[in-house]
This record gives sequence, structure tokens and C-alpha cells, in this order.
Amino acid sequence: MSETVLLKHSPLEAAHLASGARLVEFGGWFMPVQYSGIMDEHRAVRSAAGMFDISHMGEVTVCGAGALAWLESLLTNRVGKLSLGRGQYTLMLDETGGVIDDLIIYRTGETEYFLVINAACREVDLDWMRSKLPNDDSVTLTDLGNEYAAIALQGPDSERILRDLFPICEIPRRNGIATLSSELHSGGLPHFVARTGYTGEDGFELFVPVEIGEVLWQRLLKAGVKPAGLGARDTLRLEMGYPLNGSDLSRSRTPLEAALGKFVSLDDPEKSDFSGRQALESQRAKGLPSLLTPLKLTVQGPPLRAHYQVLSEGLPVGETCSGALSPSLGEGIAMAYLPLELTAPGTSLEIEVRGRRYPASVSTLPFYRKPPL
Amino acid sequence: MNVPADLRYAKTHEWIRIDGDIVTVGITDHAQQELTDIVYVEPPKIGAGVKAATTAAVVESVKAASDIYSPMSGIVSEVNEDLASNPALLNTDPFDRGWIYKLKPSDLSEVEDLLTPEAYSAQIS
Repeated sequence: MSETVLLKHSPLEAAHLASGARLVEFGGWFMPVQYSGIMDEHRAVRSAAGMFDISHMGEVTVCGAGALAWLESLLTNRVGKLSLGRGQYTLMLDETGGVIDDLIIYRTGETEYFLVINAACREVDLDWMRSKLPNDDSVTLTDLGNEYAAIALQGPDSERILRDLFPICEIPRRNGIATLSSELHSGGLPHFVARTGYTGEDGFELFVPVEIGEVLWQRLLKAGVKPAGLGARDTLRLEMGYPLNGSDLSRSRTPLEAALGKFVSLDDPEKSDFSGRQALESQRAKGLPSLLTPLKLTVQGPPLRAHYQVLSEGLPVGETCSGALSPSLGEGIAMAYLPLELTAPGTSLEIEVRGRRYPASVSTLPFYRKPPL
Repeated sequence: MNVPADLRYAKTHEWIRIDGDIVTVGITDHAQQELTDIVYVEPPKIGAGVKAATTAAVVESVKAASDIYSPMSGIVSEVNEDLASNPALLNTDPFDRGWIYKLKPSDLSEVEDLLTPEAYSAQIS
């Protein structure tokens, strides 16, 4: 049996094939890595608008009288701060403080929350969450991953395009979520539009029932939005310094080591205990063993990738966990966990590519900043 | 798919052009299509000895690095300096301005191990 039969297929796959996409395996799914080309798609998102099929991601609703308290015990920052229609980036840790997943949580009702989780660890996340549910029925968890198709519309033209396509729809503010009001009908599940993204541009993530995913994609295509794949998604997020679970985040590093301390509410008196809290507190007291650090090549050189050795004064001190040739900057950029004493911006290092060492230095985030108008 | 008639081809998608005792090496149109946007080329060093079917150069696309295998053995006599500032030439003009390096062959009979344009066309179809 061919490998691709064992992979999960997006509800939008027919549209991808019609657009000439190259599809690859990603997190157990068969997804587009590019259509017209990674550089072209990357530039389209930075200058106009592009759209990504994110139907492989998981959607989970959590509701009930006990939902808030339970979510506070599961996630690293204060869920209670979310008013109706607001969302935030957050992390779910295991008891060692290692990252199981990073995700976005939205408050969609009085005691109702909508979580969007990574494709590659949907099952792991759900198993963990189910194992942590209270024994009573104060919390109801529903896995809607196979019920939703999702599209990320990203780029400076996103809002205009959305308003033109869906004139009656309430456009949420940054990090907000609203009902995607349109003439697209289907029974049952709510249609959502959230103003979030993984590219650093203005943009929206649209969640619709799986049976109308393709209609939505075609509408956006007709409106001139360029299809963009996982290749451009990776270069865009890396230019912003956004971590990728599985590369920059893992069970063996805490969010403090990943420089995500601002998403962990250790000093908030209203934040309850949560999975991994004790491990983080003890790590913070002892001092972090490493820190996720942005690096740039300081010469023209090959693209940076994951698993390239990083050296300081000729000695190996770590390895890259993500890397790219930044399409916007034309420079090699990467992230690596390094000992704290080497993480000050400007610190000189070297990165080894195919046996040759190239000078690099510690940079600051984001790698790419939008030029002022 | 462009497969010029005056070249010879390796199974691994490199081409050669022979001009007297200079052999020019590049990658085929099929190869550049598979690789997509090429962003970096690491050519061999001038004066280096290369052996047929071993890695002589590396070509990097956004997503991956690919080894270029020398179709023939010899000494590298010239490299295409334009590729440092314009690696995309491998995509836009793989058989002409996108040439990678030239070598002085040590054994011209190695040409017989390479594919004719017809044989290469058959391989890639």
C-alpha cells in the first residue's frame, strides 16, 4: 500500500491539486508545501495576501461550569483574563515543565472556550487533556478536529478582502474571535473568524464546517488571494521568531528556556497551580540551563537549517533547531538553545554547514520588521 | 521538458557539454523544476580534482540541500561566478547561463557511461 494512503488528507486537497500544489507529508497529513514557489508565496503574504490551508490543525471546545478552573490548571497563562470574544497564545506543559503543545485559546461563550492545537500532536494533546478531566461533569471536552476546515488568510490586504467578501461579518480586533457571518450555510457548527496568525502580518484564521471549506477557499481564490503552503509558512514564522512545536519547542525544554516567559503567569497571584508549574519555579530559582536564541549569519552563505552545529571560540555549544534563508532579508537566520552566557545580542559565534564554519552573531527578534510607511 | 540535443546526461540529472578539452557541467531543467527556488550554490574549488559520480557541488533550494554529482572525472578549471549573486540562474537558464563549473577531463571515455538526450528524456518521462 502506498505511503500516501496512510496519511490524512485535507478537505481542500482537490483545490490544491487544481492549483498545481506540491504536497508532502506533514504531521501525518498530506499537505501543500508550495504552489507557485516558496519565495513568491512568502512575498505575496508580506506585500498583499496569501492563504494557507490549516485544516489539519485541531479544534477543541471546552465548556461547562468547571471549564475555566480546569483550563487554568492545564495552561500556562491566565485564562480568566479572557473576556468574551478574546483569544491568547498559551502553552500546555507536562509535569516536568516540558512543552506538550503551544496553542491559541479563545473565549467563545460565558463558560465556553475554543482551542486550536497543532496538527502533529492532536492525538497526544487530546489524550493528555482527557487524562486531566475532572471526574464529575463540570467540564465537557469535544474534539471537533475532523468537523472543521480552516484557512489562514494573511497579509496587509486581509481585512479589505474579508470585508469585500463578507460585508455583513463583524471583523474582530487583533486576537479577537467573532462569528463569520456570511451567506455560506451549513448545519450545526459555528463558523468563526479569528484575528490571529503565524506570519507577523495582519490576518485571520477562518474556521468553517468541513463540507464548506472548499467553497470558502474558492471564494478567496477568486478574490485574488494567493495560495501559500507550508514552505512559506515556515519562512514567514521564522522571520518573526515564532517557535514551531517539534523543532523549537519540545518536551525536553520549558517555555522559560524557549524565551516564552511572558506567556507563563508565575507571578500572577490569581493564577492557580498548573501542570508543570513546580518544575518551572524550581528551574527559575536554579537558573535556566539554556535559552532559545536568534542567530544570523554575518556573511553571505548557505541557507541555515535545523541541526547545524553552533560554535563559540571553536567549541560546539549547541545546534540550530530551526533555520532558513530569510526571503525578506536575504540573510541566513536560525534559532538555537545556547548557554545563557552566549545569548547577549551581538555575541560572535559560528555555524557549521557541511564542514565549513561561517561567522554568525546573536540577533534580536523579530528578525524581520515591517519598514515604516 | 527541455532536453537539448547537443548535451549528454547523467542519471542523477546533471548535463555536460564538451568543447574540445573543456567539459561544462550543470543541472537539467527537470532537476531545477524538482528543486524549485534555488537560493545558494556551493561550487567546487578551482584546481580541485573531481571523480565521476561523486559529489562536486551542492545546490540549495529553500527547502533542502542537494548534492551535484560530477558526470566526469577531471580537474576543475572554472566556476560560474554569476551564481554567487544570482543562484536563480539555475532555475531560469539551467543549460546556458546557469552552468556550474568547467573541468579538464581525465578520461574522455567516461562519456560512454552517460545518457544520450533520448535516453535521458525516456528516464524523466
